[in-house]
Parts: sequence; structure tokens; C-alpha cells
Amino acid sequence: MSDITNLIKNKILVLDGAMGTMLQAYNFDESDFRGQQFINHKLPLKGNNDILSITQPHAIKEVHRKYFDAGADIVETNTFSATSIGMADYGLEDAIYQLNYQSAKLAKEAAAEYELKTPDKPRFVAGSIGPTNRTASLSPDVNRPEFRAITFEELRVAYKEQVEALIDGGVDVLLVETVFDTLNAKAALFAIEEVKEERQLEIQIMVSGTITDASGRTLSGQTVEAFLTSVSHIPLLSIGFNCALGAEQLKPYLKRLSRATKFNVSAHPNAGLPNAFGEYDQSPEIMKNLIEDYLKNGLINIIGGCCGTTPNHIQAIASVANNYQPRALKL
Amino acid sequence: MSIGLTSKFLNLSGLEAIEISPERNFINVGERTNVTGSRKFLRLIQEENFEEALDVAREQVEGGAQILDVNMDEGMLDGKSAMVKFLNLIASEPDISKVPIMIDSSKWEILEAGLQVVQGKSVVNSISLKEGESEFKRQANLIKRYGAALIVMAFDENGQADTFKRRIEICERSYNILVNQVGFPAEDIIFDPNIFPVATGLDEHRTNALDFFNATRWIKENLPGVSVSGGVSNVSFSFRGNSVVREAMHSAFLFQAIKHGMNMGIVNPSMLEVYSDIPKDLLQLIEDVLFNRRDDATERLLEYAEGVKHHKKEAKVQEVEWRNKSLQDRISHALVKGVDAYIIEDVELARLEVERPIEVIEGHLMIGMNIVGDLFGSGKMFLPQVVKSARVMKKAVAYLQPFIEQEKNGNTSSAGKILMATVKGDVHDIGKNIVSVVLACNNYEIVDLGVMVAPELIVETAIKENVDIIGLSGLITPSLDEMVYVTKALEVKDVSIPIIIGGATTSKAHTAVKIAPNYQHTVVHINDASRAVTVVGNLLQDNNKPFKLELRQQYDAFRTQFLNRTKQKDYLSFEKAIENKFSMDWTTSKIHVPNVLGIQVIDGLDLKQLLPFIDWTPFFRSWDLHGKYPSILNDELVGQQAKELFEDAKLMLDEIIENRWLKAKATFGLFPANTVNDNDIIVEHDQKEYAFLTLRQQLKKRDGVPNYALADFIAPKSFGIQDYMGAFCVTTGFGTQEMASKFEAEHDDYKSIMIKALADRLAEAFAEYLHKEVRVNHWGYAPDENLSNDLLIKENYQGIRPAPGYPACPDHLEKNTIWELLKVKENIGVELTENLAMWPAASVSGYYFSNSGSKYFGLGKIKEDQLSDYAQRRNIELSEAQKWLNPNIAD
Repeated sequence: MSDITNLIKNKILVLDGAMGTMLQAYNFDESDFRGQQFINHKLPLKGNNDILSITQPHAIKEVHRKYFDAGADIVETNTFSATSIGMADYGLEDAIYQLNYQSAKLAKEAAAEYELKTPDKPRFVAGSIGPTNRTASLSPDVNRPEFRAITFEELRVAYKEQVEALIDGGVDVLLVETVFDTLNAKAALFAIEEVKEERQLEIQIMVSGTITDASGRTLSGQTVEAFLTSVSHIPLLSIGFNCALGAEQLKPYLKRLSRATKFNVSAHPNAGLPNAFGEYDQSPEIMKNLIEDYLKNGLINIIGGCCGTTPNHIQAIASVANNYQPRALKL
Repeated sequence: MSIGLTSKFLNLSGLEAIEISPERNFINVGERTNVTGSRKFLRLIQEENFEEALDVAREQVEGGAQILDVNMDEGMLDGKSAMVKFLNLIASEPDISKVPIMIDSSKWEILEAGLQVVQGKSVVNSISLKEGESEFKRQANLIKRYGAALIVMAFDENGQADTFKRRIEICERSYNILVNQVGFPAEDIIFDPNIFPVATGLDEHRTNALDFFNATRWIKENLPGVSVSGGVSNVSFSFRGNSVVREAMHSAFLFQAIKHGMNMGIVNPSMLEVYSDIPKDLLQLIEDVLFNRRDDATERLLEYAEGVKHHKKEAKVQEVEWRNKSLQDRISHALVKGVDAYIIEDVELARLEVERPIEVIEGHLMIGMNIVGDLFGSGKMFLPQVVKSARVMKKAVAYLQPFIEQEKNGNTSSAGKILMATVKGDVHDIGKNIVSVVLACNNYEIVDLGVMVAPELIVETAIKENVDIIGLSGLITPSLDEMVYVTKALEVKDVSIPIIIGGATTSKAHTAVKIAPNYQHTVVHINDASRAVTVVGNLLQDNNKPFKLELRQQYDAFRTQFLNRTKQKDYLSFEKAIENKFSMDWTTSKIHVPNVLGIQVIDGLDLKQLLPFIDWTPFFRSWDLHGKYPSILNDELVGQQAKELFEDAKLMLDEIIENRWLKAKATFGLFPANTVNDNDIIVEHDQKEYAFLTLRQQLKKRDGVPNYALADFIAPKSFGIQDYMGAFCVTTGFGTQEMASKFEAEHDDYKSIMIKALADRLAEAFAEYLHKEVRVNHWGYAPDENLSNDLLIKENYQGIRPAPGYPACPDHLEKNTIWELLKVKENIGVELTENLAMWPAASVSGYYFSNSGSKYFGLGKIKEDQLSDYAQRRNIELSEAQKWLNPNIAD
């Protein structure tokens, strides 16, 4: 495997698109989600996409393949919610290692197939680490602002479990993404640093925050610069934004980020804003043009898609990413 | 370096980032939230009065503190839990947490607990070599991993540095360990080289200030990248109780320290004299002490101090400016800023001003909350602030509650019971809670089922608790489907409780299009909390039928409009659309033979007869006054204007009738008719056949919903029974142009527009009148119909009268057929222009369908296949068909 840190100096790397959007097409029902392995599980599992890495591995791998076919350099593991916190609703806290390990292996196997086909084009797997469904710096209870539904320590333990399994499964990069609350991300980074130290290994880390709306802030209230400042203590492969906004709405924030950071800059926006029915309907062509605008402005080192993006979107984005130089690093 | 930043300097963050660059000169750290430095703060924390403790923090930030120092080191306190609780509270106060936090403790345990609850890049205050190198490194490593900057005290295994030499030795050693062994970014290191008191009378203290200045300069010159900080008030310790000297000394010390390179410090701004305002003689005396310039420097300053001690300096009460504003402005300010310190006081004043306590809520408080709503909507406020505003609101309402109850003579019943739930699969409830709080503020009882609520539970609770309104909330997109599901479940159980829908991804469009059709009763989308109050109020008023009806109409209309403009659509082939036509069971469908077949003409109807049939709402709209008649006459915004206009209109109507300015004429006819080829209706009259060509919806429909064409409402010829249809043209336009020209000549545009607008209304009224005559008499299928005008306007009768050029039949060419069939031009003189507009303009033409299954629909867009079929049937070129139907052809 070529080193991603070398490759990124010369090329805009393309990240994959949405997993959930692709999985919808399979129309899996409860029994599909359960598969053989969880046939007697006490709680319903439908809707738990992460479990599909175990129960419907062919589908997950097929999605990875489609994104590699579309031209992605990096695919994300199907592990966005695979922490003991995210899986608690499904009573799957005991399956965390298996979920992450299998997901990483599936993605790596798909990557290996494509590296065999085109040995000159290395493929990478990023271990997806989501924000969990709880926030460490916001209270869920209006009347008890000092209350927290989750602590840093609980997050650190949960993230560590996920990170160890992802690394065992062979991921090349760890991607802490969709950061709503910077304190959650800091707990994930803390856990990663612990694992790195304990195992004496180096692994690249990507961090991607989420600007939730027109306020230009994260859900936990931070500005672009405050967010960047809060996670700049760890050497990162890249920092960027994903989700919540489409490419057009994200641009001003990416510009500010790009101006302020020495890290590589990533973006994986949604396919526009959801329409009235909660569907993302921005076409690959329109998204490509918006992304090309990023590239013309030299904002980007890693580009991909989030909610609503499909292999067609990634293909369109990859085709245009090839024509531009990556953003020059600021020293 | 903060590895990821292009900035070379110390960068910190709360909700906002701050770069401590040389241009900033000096960073002021707020220090009143420190139990060791402020008796008041200590007392507040001991009494667990966190609200006021937060006010202390807020005052610091409002007073210019760029970093907030928080210290809970007091023997009687559980320092760790007090630190965590207070920092968590600060996190929910955006106007405080915008600045970075300095976590201040001598205990590592408390420092680490603090580090685990701040999302921004904070400062640890402080660590040192006091307990040896390995502990120092361990702590530094963890601080680095938590992502904070740190203050290093000039302290080592042998104690605190009290000379220049010891200061620089310890700082240099600490620097080397941190930078070279721990890998701590140099710019994230802040040295505190100890500010000690001067003028104590002890000789060894004479160089305390000077040593600090020199150490500061040395550090800045020899340890690249670092910052220097210190607690300034220490220096004047000997002059406690003498604010004149203390404040002057702080200022003089700071001035010199900054010159030597100190770039941040803990200073109480209210204990700081303006440097240039220090009397020259005092400044001289202080500087002599600071720089140890004279042996008698201390004595001379003490002497001066004795002299001023009794001049009590006027307390510099920092006037909080907003407190001087008007009552409403103060209440709005408190809500917008989330400050509850004065809200009770202000609400009490407001209560005394109004007649009924509830008016404070409906007036003062809602005005403030509306501002909050607007700011939030435009992205100028964000979520935590809004939640805070709601808290102030709640507090105010809680205060008013007893007065409201009292007024109700002990009757404590709530204004209504509202069930609130975040739907299954969704955990987001902030918005729901805001709405709940605000509704509770307005005296509604809230039954909050929480988050991830199963639909069964919602239905069950709604029935069991007999709630008045059901509120469904959700943020993620799958919740949209879930809401549809819940609504269906309610419908199945025959629940008729109004439903309100809210949450970030919800929309009026989704509510109107996807949710409302599944529920026979009221469904309304609410996009902000303040609107929730209005809507709920209207829904729960005694006579809520008109409001509900209006909502339903609004949503139905919105849905039609929306469906017509949605761009990405699936279409059926023309063939498939025909297969999915509206099929009536003609074996049971009652066909009524018209009482009078053939054409009739009305020449000169008494306009008076039309007055009851006028629909006034469009009249106001034509004058750009929006609102429904008659409520528009009392509209807050346009009511006065609407009243005046209405008076003028009635005056002119009298004139029109009296002077016979306008003439009402009509021709209409009822004929045998049958559908052929699924889409065409053949009408027979006078042994001739006329074909009405109808167009069929091609948009793909939900299961069970047909693709309509008007032809579906007439029995097919192949079925073998005789059906009937009608056609009509009415006008009240003759005379309009003449009068309008006359008014224009008199430079009276107002009247000119008025008569045209009235003629239009009369023509519509005539169509309504004639349709009724046809239903009751001429066709006679509804002889007993007796509907009020209101219901007529709402088209609450059997049968339709669609007009060519309108949504059900946008094909204007059909008018030619009507003109031929009814001999319109010959009978009443109404003509068609080359573009098939009617002349005079105040005319209406259309068809009559009587079947009980017939209904209005919008054709929407059609595809190429139907277009070419239509062109063939019409026997015109495709290009001509294209021209006429262009707006209805799908891209």
C-alpha cells in the first residue's frame, strides 16, 4: 500500500458518497437486518445499517465496489454508529468489536480487489467514527442546563473500543466525522491518541465537522475557527466539513477553514439541501459544478459526498477532481 | 504551534476563537469567578446560587474579559463537582461561553475534571515542577491530549521562585522539558513568573516588581513563542482598603509589565485606574516603588496613602445601560439575551400596567419572544440562546401564574391539554421542548411523552388523556414518514384531535402534501414557537370551526399548488394514464335528464340578484390587500384600508345598479352527451355533433388515485346510456369600458380600476347564480338545494362548472367549440379574441357536469405522447397544439 500522506501531496483524493442512501435501494426488511447471526435478538434491528456489515456483507461490499468503480480513492467503513453508545438502542453493545472489525475487513477486501485490477491506483479505507447520538457539551434537558447525558470518559471508552477494532480490521485512516459537538470529537481524538501510544503505531486521522445551519456554527455553537482551534492539538491528515449543508452552502465555511489551517482540507457535503420531503435531489452534474468551484479556488485536498450522494455523484466529482491541483499546504 | 493552525501565536477558543497575537497587546482574564479571590462568588457557590454566580461570569465577559478564570479551590467545597457543574452551566450560556475558559486549580483532579467538560481550547492554570519532573511531564502530556494551553508557575521542588535568577532558571527548565521532551507547542505555554507584593516594609520584597519585569523580558527574549501572565492585584497587597493607591498601582504596574512583555493577566477592571488619570505625584511615588529607585520609596508612598485613605472614592458603579430603556425594551432585552436577573421586577411592573395578568404574557413577553424567533430564523441567534430565552420566559410566566389563577377565582384549569412527542426513531427534542415551554408559559398543560415515542403510545395517550392537541416533532428525515404513520394510526382510531407538526426537516409542503391527506381533521405545520401559541390559541377557542376550515382550505390549496410546481416528477405514458382513469360505476350512477334541453339566453338580468353571490376575497386581493373577507375588515395591518375600500365599492355598486352602467347577459344550454375514445365528449344539438376534447393528467399518482380527465365524468357511449352535459357563457362586462374611460378622462383612476374590479366580481357572481339556477331548475338535479352564499363560494354542491383556460381544462381552444355550440357571439355579443380571450373581459364561460363523482382537479403537466394524440384529435399541426398547451407540457 502506498502511503496516503505522500499521495495526497500530488493529488486531490476522492472520498466515497453516502452508504445509507445506497442501502435504501436494497429494501431490507427486519429479517434481512437480523440475518442468521441475530435471528433471535431481543430487539428489532431494522434501520441499524451498521449491522448489515455482519448480516448482509455482500451488499456492503457491493456499495464499496460501486464507489471504487466511480473513482473513489478512499471508502468509508460502514461503522458510523458502531459504538457501544450508538448501539445501546439496539442492545448490541456486545457486538461492537465484531461490527467494526468486519466492516473494516469488508472495505479492505473491496480495496484489495481494485488494487489488483489497477495496481497503479492505491485504494484506501477510512474507519468511520460518528458523533454518537449524545452530546457531551449540551444538556438535553432545558430545565437542567448543567446535566449531561454522556461524559467525556464514557465517550473515550466507547471510542477506544471502536478504534481498536477498526485498526485490527486493517483500516488505513480514521475518520472522525459529522462532528456536532467538538467535545465528543475531542474524546474520540483522545481515545485514538491513547491507542496510538499503547500500540506504538502511527495512523492518520481525518476530522470532519458539521456546520448545522445558516448560523455558521456547529450544533454546540462553535464558529469555524473555534472548531478548528479546538481540534488542532493532534496531527491530522485533514480537517474539513461534511453533512447538513450542500456544497453551495458549505463554501464560505470551507474558505475560512482553508485560510486558517495548515492541515489538508476535506469536504464531503450533502447532495444539496433536503427538499420538502427530506430527500436530497441535487443532480451529480450540479454538484460537480459546485465542487469544481471549490477546486478552482484551491480549497480542497480530499473531496467526497455525504447524505444523498451516489456513485454517479462521486463519478462526476472524481472526473473533475482529476483536472485540478490539490490545495497547496500552508507552512 | 498548534499543529493545525497557520497562526504562529497562542490560539484559544470558547464558542469563538481568539488569537493572542502581538497586535492584541494584552489579554484580560476575568477573575471574579474565583472562590479564592472573591468572597461574593464563594458565598454564591456555597449557597448553590448558581444563577447569580453565572451573572458574575456574564458581567466579566460583558465588562471585557477575553478569557474567564474559574477557580473552586476552597476547603469547604467539593471543588471537583463545583467546577464541573459551573463549567457545564457556562456552556449553556453562549454569551459567556463565547470566550475561552481558564481552568484554575492547584489540584490536578479538578483541572482534569474541568478539561473533560469544555469543548473549546482552554487554559490550564496551572502546573509546575513543584512535585517533580515526572508528575510535571505526565500532566503536561495529558493537557496536550485534551487540547489545552497551560500556565506554568515559576515553582519547583524547592519552592516558589522569588528572585530574578530563580524565576528564569525554573522557567527555562520547564520550557525545555515541555518543548523538547513532551513536545508541547511553545506558543501554548504561558509562564507566570510570580507577581509578589511591593512596599511591604521587608527589604527582600523591594525588588519584587522589578524582578518580575526583568524575568518577563528575559523569558520573552529567550524562550521563543511563549506568553507571560500574572495576577496583578497581588502587587498592591500592602494597600488593601486603599482603593486610590491600589487602582493606581495596578495601572502603573500593568503599564510597565506590558512594556516588558507580559501579554495576558488577571486584572479586575473595576480595580484599575486609567493610566493617564493617575495624578503625576502619585505615579512618581508608585514607580519609585516598582523600580526600587529610592531607599525611602516605600515610606513616601505610605505617607501619600495615609493622606488619601479617607477620601472614599466614588464607587464606579458600572451602569448597565439597557436597564435605562423602556419597560418593553428591557423585557425584550432580557428574553433575547437570556438574562433573568431583572425579569421578575420588570414583569411585575408590566403586570401593574395591564388590566389582566395574562396580557403581560400575550403582550410584553410575546413581543420579546417574537424577536427571538426572528433572530433565530435568520441565523442571528443559535439554539442554546433560544433555550435560554425560553427559560427566562418560563420564569416570568411562573411569576405571573398565581395572579392569573387568582383572577380565575380559584379555577385552576389549564387553557388546554397538549400532547408533545418526538416520533419513533428520533431523539431530537430541543425544538419540541422549546415549544412545550412556550406553550406551558401560555397556560397550557403539556403531556410530554419524550423522545422516540412509539405511535401506539401516542394514540393511546391522546385518547386516554383526552388531550386537545397532539404535537409531533422530529429532526431527522425518516421522522417525516413516521409522522405520516402516526397520523394514519390516529385516523384509524377515529381520533379527531388537531395535530401540529414541527421540527427542522418538516415543512408546510410536506405537511400539506404527505400528512394532511391522511387525516380528516386539522393538521397544521408550525415553524416556530411563537407561532405555536397563536395557532394553538386559535384551535382551542370556542368557535374554532372557521379557523379549522380555513386551515384545511389553505392546506388543500397549497397542496394543489405545490403538486403543480414540483419539478422532478414521474409521469405515466398516455396509455397507462388512460388505464388509470377515473372509472365510475355507470350501472348505479344516477343520470338526471335535464328539465330543459337546448339553448337559453338571458338578456339583462337585474344586477341586484347577483349581489348575494359576490365573493369578496378576490376583490381585496386585486387591490393588494391580502386576507379573507370578512375578517380582513378587522385585520390589524390592512383592516382600516380594507374597510374604506369596501365602503367605496358598495357605493359604486349602488350607482352601477341604479344607473344601469353594466348589463348582465348569459347564454347556456344542456345537451345529450357521451364520452368516446376515453377522452372526448360528443355533444348533440340540433342534429349536429360537437366534440369537447379533454386532457388527461399524466403525473404518476399514489396507488388508488386516478389520472383524471373531464371526460371521465360523462358516461361512455359504449356503455349504451344517454348522459348529458352543459355549457355556458355569462357576462357583466358590457358598459365597463365606457365607464372606465369616462373615469380615466376625469383623472379618476381609482374609480376606473374599481369598476373593472367590480365587473369581474359580478361576472363571477353571475356564473355562480346561473350555475345554481341550472342545478335547481333548468337541469333540476338538485331541486331542493338550499345553500348559503358562503357554502356556494366553497363549492359545496353537486356538480362542477370548469372553465377552459383553468386548471382542469387549460385548453383555450375549447372556447371555440362552446361559441359554436351556444352561438355565444350571436346570442349575447361576447367575442373571442385571436388569443381566445373573452371580450368584454368581465365574462365567464365553461361547461356543466352534474355527476356526483365529478370534481375539480388540476391537469398538471402532460407528455409528448398525449400531445400528439391530442393534435390528431383536434386535427391541427403538432406545433400548433404545442403552442396552445405549452404551459402544460412537461419538460
